[in-house]
Amino acid sequence: MVRRLGLTGNEAIAYAVKQCDVGLVSAYPITPQTIIVERISDYVANGEIDTEFVCVESEHSALSACIGASLTGLRVFTATASQGLALMHEVLYATSGLRCPIVMAVANRALSAPLNIHGDHSDMMGSRDCGWIQIFAENVQEAYDWTIQSFKIAEHPDVQLPVAVNIDGFTLTHCLEDIEVLEKEDVEKFLPPRKPIYRIDPEKPMTFGAWAMPEYYYKFKLQQQEAMENSIKVFKQVADEYGKLTGRNYGVIQSYGLEGSKVAIMALGSTCGTLRHVAKILRETKGLKVGVIKLWLYRPIPEDDFISTVENVETLIVLDRALSPGAVFGPLGSDVASMIVKRNLDFRLLNYTYGLGGDEVSMDLADKLLRLAVKVAEGVKPTSLTGYLREVV
Amino acid sequence: MVTIREVPLGEYWGPGHSACAGCGPSITIRLILKALRRPTVVVTPTGCMEIVSSSYPQTAWGIPWIHVLFENAAAVASGIEAAYKYMAKKGLLEEKVDVVVIAGDGGTFDIGIQALSGALERWHKFTYICYDNEAYMNTGIQRSSATPKGAATTTSPAGEVIPGKLEYKKNLIEIAVAHHIPYAATGTIAYWSDLMEKVRKSLEADGPAVLHFLAPCPLGWRFDPSQTVKLSRLAVQTRYFPIYEVENEVYKLNVKVAKPLPVEEFLKPQGRFRHLFTPKFKHVIEDIQKNVDGNWKNLLEKCTVEK
Repeated sequence: MVRRLGLTGNEAIAYAVKQCDVGLVSAYPITPQTIIVERISDYVANGEIDTEFVCVESEHSALSACIGASLTGLRVFTATASQGLALMHEVLYATSGLRCPIVMAVANRALSAPLNIHGDHSDMMGSRDCGWIQIFAENVQEAYDWTIQSFKIAEHPDVQLPVAVNIDGFTLTHCLEDIEVLEKEDVEKFLPPRKPIYRIDPEKPMTFGAWAMPEYYYKFKLQQQEAMENSIKVFKQVADEYGKLTGRNYGVIQSYGLEGSKVAIMALGSTCGTLRHVAKILRETKGLKVGVIKLWLYRPIPEDDFISTVENVETLIVLDRALSPGAVFGPLGSDVASMIVKRNLDFRLLNYTYGLGGDEVSMDLADKLLRLAVKVAEGVKPTSLTGYLREVV
Repeated sequence: MVTIREVPLGEYWGPGHSACAGCGPSITIRLILKALRRPTVVVTPTGCMEIVSSSYPQTAWGIPWIHVLFENAAAVASGIEAAYKYMAKKGLLEEKVDVVVIAGDGGTFDIGIQALSGALERWHKFTYICYDNEAYMNTGIQRSSATPKGAATTTSPAGEVIPGKLEYKKNLIEIAVAHHIPYAATGTIAYWSDLMEKVRKSLEADGPAVLHFLAPCPLGWRFDPSQTVKLSRLAVQTRYFPIYEVENEVYKLNVKVAKPLPVEEFLKPQGRFRHLFTPKFKHVIEDIQKNVDGNWKNLLEKCTVEK
């Protein structure tokens, strides 16, 4: 049975966590994530879930407590944003290195200084090599759906890696949407209790977190890399299964309007909705054909799926919502460039930064960008191949 | 009082670890593990004892053991303790499990103090044990806030004008007691029976417990490795390191030192204090003695019960 609820992104994630039989949640408040853990605290306080909620004194301790609980075999969740994610930085690596399948919601927010509580992807991009699977949700429905799927992906025996579900600060965390939710029994069927391969067990004492000399260290790291690669297959299986259950079909990448168009814009998260909407208007009213490509899965980067998606694309504008000061391209731009070079593809790549500290892409700005894309595709030389979107279009 | 006959023969701290000869922390851990009462999980932050015991693919730990990072042992333990609470609630736990942190002074007094304070305030039922060898020995003898005044370390060297570390060490037990926890105590290996009893008592406490065990380090303190236990005893007999416990905020002196030796007796065998025995820096010894006397007096005033 389909049930509809009006929830914000934060509330939708908390609601998903409530349905996933999570053993422990440990977190520390930070805007714009706080409402997730406030709602979870409410569920615990009202006896709606048996989850242990450990309200710690810092994000560093939050993820550390999650590691402890995850190693005992429990299903574990946390949430953070911005400075909190930055404070967790070293723990992020420990989590993936210890192969703890923890799921964390990241309410993407700018990093200080100057202090800014609004949305951008600087926080997660600063941790993009931490060995976590990284998913970006476009809207509240996706935030709910990805949270449930993430546990299943993370805990799969071939994966055993932590997953970060990214939602844009305020744009998704605080926006109310009418979404479809599953019944608890359906979630239980989809997501049976976690079956850890290894766990702390006094009956079978094990050492966790041994240190490794050079001859072993790289082998541990290569196993992590292998698990990352495995996760794409698992990710797709889980998305298929979830699609059958809900009718909402997810995958690693989503594209719009690539048929008959040789130019596309690529981005992560909520901006993709705006881009798609404006692309549709331009296509229907002006006959301008610009495709929009969205990565649901950012780490591991779905190389094969990207390559097949851009098969007919000649011009691609990649949008990065994080600044990589001193670099040629931003994080996503660099990822795309590396795939192009590896596959020896020949197409024009532009990479603009946008949306820093909540500087949202309005329909007007999206319209300018798409028109620019069309011109570039027609052979007009853009004023700049890189730069800040608002300044270059 | 634990008698020698009561000490279990089983060893959970395996031979073959790579600690130095005469390592005080290693002896401390061996005693701690023999005092455990039931299945136990040990969390150790980065430090000497972590390094000497867990070089992959070997391990010295005969019980479940976890190392994550340097400053988060108390937080990791919080998560484990809460996880067991959840399992007990859900009927998934056959036997109760104790959670113990065994951490050095750097991981406790300095970088781990926030996580420790948080875990105590949240009232996780666990025992936090600091083996205090009074500096960052693993990285080559750098000062910590547990290093005593006058000690030379590689970051508080004794120079021509500066006589080693200028500051007194923190009082860990007072910090712990400020959280109103049910049990906090000091101990050291020369008083092994007292130490083991305190481990057991801490586990039976109705809430978090903190144990502060002084653990002489031949390498960092620069003394002959055969003298570890003697140094441990001298620390107590000079009143440099009082042995006491605080049970539900009631202080008890466990080792009376009626006729204390002068603090020089503790300082003299140690190379880290050698510079103090020169005319130029002799006044520092007087300062240390004054500080020892003052601390002892303060402690006695708090000790309403004598054992």
